[in-house]
Amino acid sequence: MPALSSPDIDAIVLSIKVAFTATLVSLPFGFLYAYLMTFFKFRAKVLLEVMVNLPLTLPPVVMGYLLLVALGKNGWLAPLLEPLGMRLIFTWKAAVLASALVGFPLLVRSIRLAMESIDGRLIQASRTLGAGPLDSLVTVILPLSRTGIVAGSSLMFARSMGEFGATIIVAGNIPGVTRTIPLAIYDYAGSPGGEEAALVLCGVAISISVLVLLVHESLTRKLARRQ
Amino acid sequence: MELRVEVSKNFAGAFDLKTDFTVAGEQVGVFGVSGSGKSTLVSLIAGLIEPDEGEIVLDGECLFSSERGIDLPPQQRRVSIVFQDSCLFPHLSVESNLLYGYRRCPVRHRQIDVKALVSVLKLDGLLDRGVNRLSGGEKQRVALGRAILANPRLLLMDESLSALDDGLKLQVIHYLKRASEKFRIPYLFISHSLLEIRLLTDQVLAMAGGRVLGQTTPEQLARDRMGQSQVGYINLLQVEKLRKMGGLYVYRWGMEELFVSAGDDEPMAVFELSSRDIILFTRHPEAVSARNLLKCTVMDTFPSGNKVGVELRCGHETLIAEVVVQAADDLAIQARNEVYAVIKASSFRRLG
Repeated sequence: MPALSSPDIDAIVLSIKVAFTATLVSLPFGFLYAYLMTFFKFRAKVLLEVMVNLPLTLPPVVMGYLLLVALGKNGWLAPLLEPLGMRLIFTWKAAVLASALVGFPLLVRSIRLAMESIDGRLIQASRTLGAGPLDSLVTVILPLSRTGIVAGSSLMFARSMGEFGATIIVAGNIPGVTRTIPLAIYDYAGSPGGEEAALVLCGVAISISVLVLLVHESLTRKLARRQ
Repeated sequence: MELRVEVSKNFAGAFDLKTDFTVAGEQVGVFGVSGSGKSTLVSLIAGLIEPDEGEIVLDGECLFSSERGIDLPPQQRRVSIVFQDSCLFPHLSVESNLLYGYRRCPVRHRQIDVKALVSVLKLDGLLDRGVNRLSGGEKQRVALGRAILANPRLLLMDESLSALDDGLKLQVIHYLKRASEKFRIPYLFISHSLLEIRLLTDQVLAMAGGRVLGQTTPEQLARDRMGQSQVGYINLLQVEKLRKMGGLYVYRWGMEELFVSAGDDEPMAVFELSSRDIILFTRHPEAVSARNLLKCTVMDTFPSGNKVGVELRCGHETLIAEVVVQAADDLAIQARNEVYAVIKASSFRRLG
């Protein structure tokens, strides 16, 4: 079996870094969004729902292109980013952003399912026992959503590991900087004699995915037993 | 405890609740069939639902007033609820459940000793357990303890015993009464079971169709509803076991001895006896197969649908019997008459 080259190792490390960061950054937003959508009624709810779930139905390339248009030098968000000295396009942060956007609906969906299954009277009980809304959120809703959080995070991590379309547009394919596993495989697949290296990276991707799913299963079972 | 609830709440035309009552007491019941608005009333008092308009005042403090723009959030009302199916936090141990409200209660209001309550409710051996490993009765005791430890000014028991069988029900009733009396926690006991209301309260509000129809004693309510009930009036007899004789159990009930087939070896028991299982004679009957013959005085008669309720005094105890109007006329049953009540040994049903 051929050994991993140094750029391949870079791609693996970068993929894990991007997926991990995207999941970690999205988690508090995903939790708050799921909380809002589950426990509150407001007018723009349907519109917000559509917007958040849009990446599930849109081609990732479209998402990437929209990000490029928004974050580019003359993009819509340039006036906001420039004064802060932030450059996102063609950096690993852009890959994180692309992964976060595409994986967010999966994260939210799992957390919402968990929140919707919480018996509303548990929250009512906590309120009559002296807990304010934030206290209830932290001591009742958060712990009872743990399985959803774990499931959603695993799904999002796995989805981020496989993100290709949006990433290549908004972050490019720069070895050692923005080249993740899927982009490296894409490169090898298009190069003569690159089949073996592509297969090795495929094996790595499969191994990471299996590992993530195993950890997910084990954590979910453990949490279900505790409840 | 003094509670005034003068509120209205409309649920988009599907159901509307309108109440205007003041109740003072420590053990108050709210009786009504399913859909009468009892649970809505609980939610309004606890602050879980906001009334459309009106006022809720508990012990002189305004919890809600549409006029004055007051709406205390649930956590500031100091009104705890014990739900029908306990609603314990599944991710917490028994101890953490018990202390949930206690830890959030301001120190100046903490008047209940945790150890004393745990001991009264006999929860000592359960503290480290997960709540999913508890029986139904244990869960409800923990829920009761959790609500009491929050040091509420008022405990709302929302159909809290409905999910329990008779045995567990009696057990929890015993603990609730002990805890309420020892720690001076007044409660509003909401139920569709007249039996529970009679065992736990000394005054009751009757609800129907989102309205409070009136305030009365549980005893009077039971008599009023006798004609509508499938089983008549249920007499509750607290008895003490004396001996076993020829396959029957002999119990002392006041100054009388009762022969009961459904007895057991417990020294004390409560039996149910339907008013329809009592046969009245104006003269001493001879050669009767029924094992219980009680000489009684008629204290009162009252109409009950197409029947007549008869209040009997047997020694110091009271029994309610029921006869059809024609029988009451034929026997000329009226107050101060002496009659014989005949009851089969198999007519008694052990409660719990």
